[in-house]
Amino acid sequence: MDTFLQFFISGILNGGIYALIGIGLVLIFKASGIFNFAVGQLLLVGAFATWAFLKWLELPVWLSVLLAMVVAALVGLIIERLVTRPLIGQPVLSAVMALLALSVMLKGVFAFIFGPATVSYPADVLPGTPVSLSGASFSGELTWGFLIAVIVFGIVTLLFYRSRIGLAMRGTAEDHQLAQATGINVKHIFAITWMAAVLVAAIGGIIIGSKVGIGIHFTPLLGVKVIPVVLFGGLESIKGCFVAGLIVGILESIVGGYVDPNLMVITPYAILLLVLLFRPYGLFGQKRIERI
Amino acid sequence: MLELKNIEVMYQNVIYVLKGVSLSVDEGEIVALLGANGAGKTTTLKAISGLLKTEQGDVTRGRIEFMGKKIDHMSPEGIVKMGIVQVMEGQRLFKHLSVDENLRLGAYVRGNRGEVAKDLDMVFNYFPKLKELRNRTSGYLSGGERQMLVVGRALMAHPKFMLLDEPSLGLAPFLVKEIFEILKRINADEGTSILLVEQNAFAALSLAQRGYVMEDGKIVLDGLAQELRENEDIKEFYFGLSSIGQRKSYKGVKHYRRRKRWLA
Repeated sequence: MDTFLQFFISGILNGGIYALIGIGLVLIFKASGIFNFAVGQLLLVGAFATWAFLKWLELPVWLSVLLAMVVAALVGLIIERLVTRPLIGQPVLSAVMALLALSVMLKGVFAFIFGPATVSYPADVLPGTPVSLSGASFSGELTWGFLIAVIVFGIVTLLFYRSRIGLAMRGTAEDHQLAQATGINVKHIFAITWMAAVLVAAIGGIIIGSKVGIGIHFTPLLGVKVIPVVLFGGLESIKGCFVAGLIVGILESIVGGYVDPNLMVITPYAILLLVLLFRPYGLFGQKRIERI
Repeated sequence: MLELKNIEVMYQNVIYVLKGVSLSVDEGEIVALLGANGAGKTTTLKAISGLLKTEQGDVTRGRIEFMGKKIDHMSPEGIVKMGIVQVMEGQRLFKHLSVDENLRLGAYVRGNRGEVAKDLDMVFNYFPKLKELRNRTSGYLSGGERQMLVVGRALMAHPKFMLLDEPSLGLAPFLVKEIFEILKRINADEGTSILLVEQNAFAALSLAQRGYVMEDGKIVLDGLAQELRENEDIKEFYFGLSSIGQRKSYKGVKHYRRRKRWLA
């Protein structure tokens, strides 16, 4: 029982972080219909920025993280302005290609600045003392990371569903032209969306970084893992993203623990294929409204 | 209040749609813009509201003035802020949002949260049915309800000027009558000027004070609604009546169309 609890809760903790990273993808997809393939590299933006502030400028942890958030927000704005805005009104595929290009470019830039080796934070960004619960014990970073992820997730959801700007974002997600006719500045909405997306990716990156370190090769793989999560939850659904994140996390951890650690990697994709067979729009994806 | 001075519109720098259109609407006036399919009515509205730019169209010549200010190069959202709201053709709504959220988005441009509740009451006063439907997903409303919703959403912005693109499209005759009655009340109570594009010329001319007739990107006829209603050509081409004023008998229809006086 204890081992099960161990695997189950580790899965939940991991899953929360998948969900957090996934919400960035969902926001961008909702607003502009673009799938953000650069998400893996965007994890590195926050992770490396924090590292640079800690290591090179020797700033305290809280300030480094805060400044990293600022950097992430700026990167979000720059991506919107330079990569996706010029492609408004162009086929979605062009924007997707541009993001893939961005991803490759970022990888090059990171390799150039930070080198190919794995680095870890010189100070504890998140408390590392393990947390124990009825015989099972969990990584401290992961537990704190999970709590942060849930809080951030909650804030984003509240903003999206309860605030005026969130309403404008949902309107923009549905119909760009109509949104403009209603007086919404669609460009501002896109800019805000990108800012939010890179911010959550940065938070995810920092959490992961503080647990396992940062590397230009393995950190982005986590972003790749989030792709099945959001597809599984339904690309437009924030709720779906959360549920799918947890399910993928739990199953992955249990399969890895009981069956074979090598199967962990393919578990998310196996679930994805199975779900898409029965629900092509994902668990909570938007069904097309057809009036009969 | 609104004045179009000899404007020309091109799409993608090639397709020449409006070939010098001039019209004006005074404060508190309802003006009808009539014409066959493809005459350029919708394009005229989009030129005013700035939505042309979202479709790679441009005002290449002439100027559009609203309350003395040139607006033809402003962004659509800037134009909405000035008080011009276009209700687009085909009852376009945010399908996945509820009726309530659709209306609230209409008030987005004003940014004033405190007054939203009051404005919702105002809209529900004009369209009591929307109040019952408040929490429904708007995509599942019927045609008439959708039309009420899009007009209600436009009202939430407190427009000084409304551009209505075929509000009668796809509605049963009694609904058209109801909607037009409400438009008349809005015009009278809120003082909103209206530029109305319609295929249903008869309904439009009974609501409007003045009218313009467009053909092939030009204004070919204008005058008071009363005059237009009695114009022989309008009667024949838009009302389907013969010159004697009776319903046309298809037995006696000649195989050529009567020459239009306004052929340019």
